[in-house]
Amino acid sequence: MALEREAPIVEPAAVGAQAEPIIRTVGLTRHFHVGGQFSRRTLHAVDDVNLTIGANEIVALVGESGSGKSTVARLLARVYKPTRGQILYRGRTVAAVRSRKARLDYAARVPMVFQDPYGSLSPVYRVSHGVMRALKLHRPELSAKARDQEAQRILSSVGLTPPREFLDKYPFELSGGQRQRIGFAHALACRPELILADEPVSMLDVSVRIGVLNLMAELRRKEGISFLYITHDIASARYVADRLVVMYAGQIAESGPTEDVLAHPKHPYTQLLLSAVPDPRAPVSLPAASEVAEPPRVIDPGEGCRFRFRCPYAIERCSVETPLLRQLRPAHEAACHVAK
Amino acid sequence: MIATRPLLEVKDLVVEYASESGPVRAVDRVSLELAPGQFLGIVGESGCGKSTLLFAIARLLSPPAEIVSGEVRFEGNDMVSLDDAELRHVRWRRYSVVMQSAMNALNPVMTVGAQLRDAIEAHEDMPVRKMRARSEEVMRLVGIDPIHLKSYPHQLSGGMRQRAMIAMALVFTPDLVIMDEPTSALDVVAQRSLMLQIKELQRKIGFAAIFVTHDMSLVSHFSDRLAVMYAGQVMEIGPTRTLFTNPKHPYSVGLLGSFPSIRGALQPLQGIPGAPPDLAHPPAGCRFHPRCPKVMPHCKTIEPPFFERDEVLIRCHLYADGA
Repeated sequence: MALEREAPIVEPAAVGAQAEPIIRTVGLTRHFHVGGQFSRRTLHAVDDVNLTIGANEIVALVGESGSGKSTVARLLARVYKPTRGQILYRGRTVAAVRSRKARLDYAARVPMVFQDPYGSLSPVYRVSHGVMRALKLHRPELSAKARDQEAQRILSSVGLTPPREFLDKYPFELSGGQRQRIGFAHALACRPELILADEPVSMLDVSVRIGVLNLMAELRRKEGISFLYITHDIASARYVADRLVVMYAGQIAESGPTEDVLAHPKHPYTQLLLSAVPDPRAPVSLPAASEVAEPPRVIDPGEGCRFRFRCPYAIERCSVETPLLRQLRPAHEAACHVAK
Repeated sequence: MIATRPLLEVKDLVVEYASESGPVRAVDRVSLELAPGQFLGIVGESGCGKSTLLFAIARLLSPPAEIVSGEVRFEGNDMVSLDDAELRHVRWRRYSVVMQSAMNALNPVMTVGAQLRDAIEAHEDMPVRKMRARSEEVMRLVGIDPIHLKSYPHQLSGGMRQRAMIAMALVFTPDLVIMDEPTSALDVVAQRSLMLQIKELQRKIGFAAIFVTHDMSLVSHFSDRLAVMYAGQVMEIGPTRTLFTNPKHPYSVGLLGSFPSIRGALQPLQGIPGAPPDLAHPPAGCRFHPRCPKVMPHCKTIEPPFFERDEVLIRCHLYADGA
């Protein structure tokens, strides 16, 4: 493996006082081969993503389906290997980590919570099984008694009380919201620094979604855990996140402090996204023309801005030169030639 | 058409699913009215019976679900008692259905054009040339180039597939189009543009629509009337704007309060504690009482009837006459 080295790439948002962020990606890229055996086509799921997640921070990764946001999470969870680029955990290259112990340690520090709480829990085991297993694997120093106490503490901290009762339940006895809390309990059992939450509320009923979002905010406040919150719902991202990263066609289109991005969206895609969010509290206003909504082209996209086909402001330069992220406001950057 | 006479009238409709542990009542005494050209939104969480209600209205229920009692009157027909032959004359020609997932509702091994032809042939004798012309016309209507009649579903984007489904529903210019979460598989941007298009088509063609969704904010700008369902019952029904600006049933209030807003000040939200009940054993009294922040002692024993306040019907004791 290559030696650890600082790539000469412009840092995105300032990280604050913390010396090294929990996760920093440098030019993270993942391509997939598509078509038959002899096909030369590649799908650019993630291209040149520089993402920083600091301590005690909730970062929301927002984008439509196919924008590569889940691939980023899977790269960070080491489900996929990056095609190019690096993931740095506390300044160390993750790909260089080889030993089982070190890999396990990384998995424990950066666990993932999945989208589908109905599919991600085994129906044949009690709730205690998953939590205990994580505790045994990642915290072998605990005695049986301490483990049991810790399991109860974790369940209470995800809002499942009385914990004793919930530990003895089977998944079918739980509602969707409760199941998703179990997902967070599994992650908590590893003493994480950063939880990768891939659309954790999209499968839940509207009335219980907020509860799970509140849980994320509370875990950050009480236990100092950072989150990468992946979602297509920009309103829920606003509700919990400090920083918003908007992805389009595998690339970061815009990133910055949540309120700043919402108040001053710079990238035309962010503007489109914001105008499409239905808001029941807003007065009735229907735009005259309906915008054409085609999914982004990510199979062999070539040079140029990937949003140019849908962009009302596209200029000639957009089709020849891929725009890089430029800082347009404090800690707020967008990848657009036209944005000011 | 006389505007005063409703196009569709649903009265005390009850649908039950047979199960080993006795019948499960998924739709409980639902009454609705729909005027010609009106847009009715039905919102509720998963398992509240909204899709079952739609299927019952469209007579698409299959065992173990069954209409137990109640009436569905559509353009003078008693839909509940129609036999299959009679139903064929009404179905798809007078009313049509757009299903939730275009991915599953379209046949992956047939071109869109062939599927449109199938739908036309099943309900009317039409010369091939006229069929083709009609297919092209409806495709243009929903904003898809007729060249895609030769495309297979996988060659179309999600939004286009969903629009092809709508095209199929419009081939006979029906008076009523029933839509079961047609936008739930789409992104916000595609969702928004599809909603605008449905509304535009409705204005052009004049069909009435029933639109079922779990996303209350989606219909806020599009529907004329809104029904909020919970645990098989309609909890609140009335003009959409009144319901949004001044929701009355505690469940509607909670549901509306569960959506974070992207505009205005950021407020902490609570959602609704607890989870929807199991319909096999619904709670006694008001079905919402275990989760209701304003529960009163008699809510636990007496089921509330509908009370009226500013043209809105509310199934809640808080609005009892004289209260």
